[in-house]
Amino acid sequence: MAAAIAIEDLVKTFGRTRALDGLDLTVETGEVHGFLGPNGAGKSTTIRILLGLLRADAGRARLLGGDPWRDVATLHRRLAYVPGDVTLWPNLSGGEVIDLLGRLRGGLNEQRRADLLERFDLDPTKKGRTYSKGNRQKVALVAALAADVELLILDEPTSGLDPIVGEAFRECIAEERASGRTVLLSSHILSEVEALCDRVSIIRAGRTVDSGTLTDLRHLTRTSIDAVLAAPPNGLATLPGVHGLDVEGTRVRFQVDTAQLGGVLAELTRIGVRSLVSQPPTLEELFLRHYQAAP
Amino acid sequence: MTQALLGAGELVKLDLRRDRIMIPVWVYALTATAASTAYSFRHLYDTPQSRLEFATAVANNASTRAMYGPVHDPSTIGGLTAWRLVTIGATLVGVMSVLVVMRHTRADEEAGRLELISAGVVGRHAALAAGVLVALIASLAVGLGAAIGLIAVGMPTVGSLAFGLSWCTAGLFFAAVAAVAAQLSESARTANGIGIGVIALAYLVRAIADVGPSWLSWASPIGWAQQLRPFAGERWWVFGVAVGAAALIGWGGFALAGRRDLGAGLLPPRPGPARGELHGAVALAWRLQRGTLLGWTAGFAIYGVAIGGLADGVTAIVGSSESTRKILEEMGGAKGIVDAFLATAMGILGLVVAGYAVQAVLRLRVEETALRAEPVLATRVGRIRWACSHVLFAVVGSVLILAAAGLGAGLAHGLRSHDVGQQLPRVLGAALVQVPAAWVLAGVTLVLFGLAPRFTAVAWGVLGGCLLLGQLGPVLKLAQWAMDISPFTHVPKLPGSALSVAPLVGLTAVAVVAAAVGLAGFRRRDVG
Repeated sequence: MAAAIAIEDLVKTFGRTRALDGLDLTVETGEVHGFLGPNGAGKSTTIRILLGLLRADAGRARLLGGDPWRDVATLHRRLAYVPGDVTLWPNLSGGEVIDLLGRLRGGLNEQRRADLLERFDLDPTKKGRTYSKGNRQKVALVAALAADVELLILDEPTSGLDPIVGEAFRECIAEERASGRTVLLSSHILSEVEALCDRVSIIRAGRTVDSGTLTDLRHLTRTSIDAVLAAPPNGLATLPGVHGLDVEGTRVRFQVDTAQLGGVLAELTRIGVRSLVSQPPTLEELFLRHYQAAP
Repeated sequence: MTQALLGAGELVKLDLRRDRIMIPVWVYALTATAASTAYSFRHLYDTPQSRLEFATAVANNASTRAMYGPVHDPSTIGGLTAWRLVTIGATLVGVMSVLVVMRHTRADEEAGRLELISAGVVGRHAALAAGVLVALIASLAVGLGAAIGLIAVGMPTVGSLAFGLSWCTAGLFFAAVAAVAAQLSESARTANGIGIGVIALAYLVRAIADVGPSWLSWASPIGWAQQLRPFAGERWWVFGVAVGAAALIGWGGFALAGRRDLGAGLLPPRPGPARGELHGAVALAWRLQRGTLLGWTAGFAIYGVAIGGLADGVTAIVGSSESTRKILEEMGGAKGIVDAFLATAMGILGLVVAGYAVQAVLRLRVEETALRAEPVLATRVGRIRWACSHVLFAVVGSVLILAAAGLGAGLAHGLRSHDVGQQLPRVLGAALVQVPAAWVLAGVTLVLFGLAPRFTAVAWGVLGGCLLLGQLGPVLKLAQWAMDISPFTHVPKLPGSALSVAPLVGLTAVAVVAAAVGLAGFRRRDVG
């Protein structure tokens, strides 16, 4: 099946700032794709180009098989969007906004609307100006999730939600995936991305630095080992892929390149293992590794 | 009280920095107007005889009295300058005051910026005090600028200072009014509307006073500015009256501010419907713009009734002396004077309605910068449809508002002259011919929105330019080509002269082309 989103070498400049600098992003149909990056990396700019709000300076962007700038009217019937900064009309109630956005999209699933209001614990009778940040986000989420569309574009949708609603949101996304919808989820809440996403793309300064399944990405990183051995280790430091070795008598702590894990474990087994704790790299570590590297 | 004002000094500095362009522009424009008016009066009417003739011929007719007030001293240049500018200037300084106060109080509060500030070491009333103080500083700067400008072109010092003070009076008073208005509504837009509504009322009351019962002048703060009588035996104590009244009202504003929560208005917020009935982009625009449109329509209907009610009385005042009767007959008889009065009044309304059209189009930019356009444009609503949903209000709204004014004026004038059947269509027509000029301003605004969205505020400058051309053009005896820049120059002076259709078609065509250019630009540019 064709990719829902296919971006190649996308460039966008604002004056002298180069917001996107050759960004690539592929989101397959039916997957939940995590879109990671620190503030100002270009996540929202990319999303706005996909929505046809901004015009790319160079590169190629395809959305649901169409041109996001040219085919606005047809494409927008097939997607729903939750902005990162939700602002509502101060004198419209939440319920009115949900229904308005639903109608503008071409329809809203009534059953789902009622269900989502309950799950997100949202009072739809309050006026836009009286909602807190989290509640404004819930209004936009209910409007988007209750729409019958193929693609959901969510720009940091949970940054203002409390943990309970955050959990409800994760359940909803899991259901969306089960029903075959495609989701582009921009976030920097890594545990959420880890729990929800099939694949992730990590961007930095307008460029994609890493993309793939979490397993793929982990493969390129290091696993932490904390072990007590039968005898003090000899020659562990010289094995390929071992980093930051710390030996206290028979206790060893080190990181190992995940690709070299087999050889190192064989060496440990040869010495004799009393106890062993191994930690796969967290997304945090992946993230930090990419961002702390020199540009 | 010092506790409550803690930090106000810092906030004044912040506010002045934010206004570093806006206030100097006001000061410059108003100072230049004062100086150039006095300068050209001195050259046009260089003998006492010519001044007296001018004063009798033009200044003493009721339509100009209603617009500018009475001439307190026709013998001096200063007296004529004061007649021409005190009322209009005081009104504009009042508008400036309201806008400045609201910008630093309710608008900041609505946007949530004040919350950030109030969490600092800042007293409860500091922001309000700072906003009012900045408005006072701006008013003083305008007053001082005008005084210096007048002195520079050779006007007497005392009169010039009084002239500046008369403008300050209005700035001071309406800053206090704004301090109250800022407490009433949660929305800065509504609060601005309340403040400017009070100014419009003050202008109307003094217009009635200047052609009718003169004691009524004291009921209007703009009347006080006139009563200060710059260049005509200054009555300084009037300033004291204004200070007293402003202090009382301002105190009320602070008292109200102390009784409410941050972000709240005095009216408690009501829950809205859980289900929405809005069906599309136009319905949304209607919901967002209807309050403003209804307010303007109602206000203009009232204004129209007042103008129509005054029109017939105009001849009674003018025709009291033999010499003015002669002039009056030269101008086309009693009917000519009434028609001239109505035509001038409708011309002013046309300019004001253009202000409505500009702000209706600017709503697009407001929605865009507030990021509320984004979720709508992410649906199947296209850009052009979204833009047109708001532009519709500039187009149709201008017609509705002017029709309300025309109907009000036509009915009132018709009833007083016992000739509704004849007068109603004439006066309504006089109101409606203003529409194409207002459309041109809407078109210019749309061009800015489409091609230079960061400079949409320039639209207000264009409107101000048209106002200045209309006001100063005849005084400065500008060349016709310069006058022709303003669309309002081309509007037929109805009722009384022949209706020429060509300029109306031309203006509409200009507006349509401008709108097309603006929309085409918007379709190409980045949103946000």
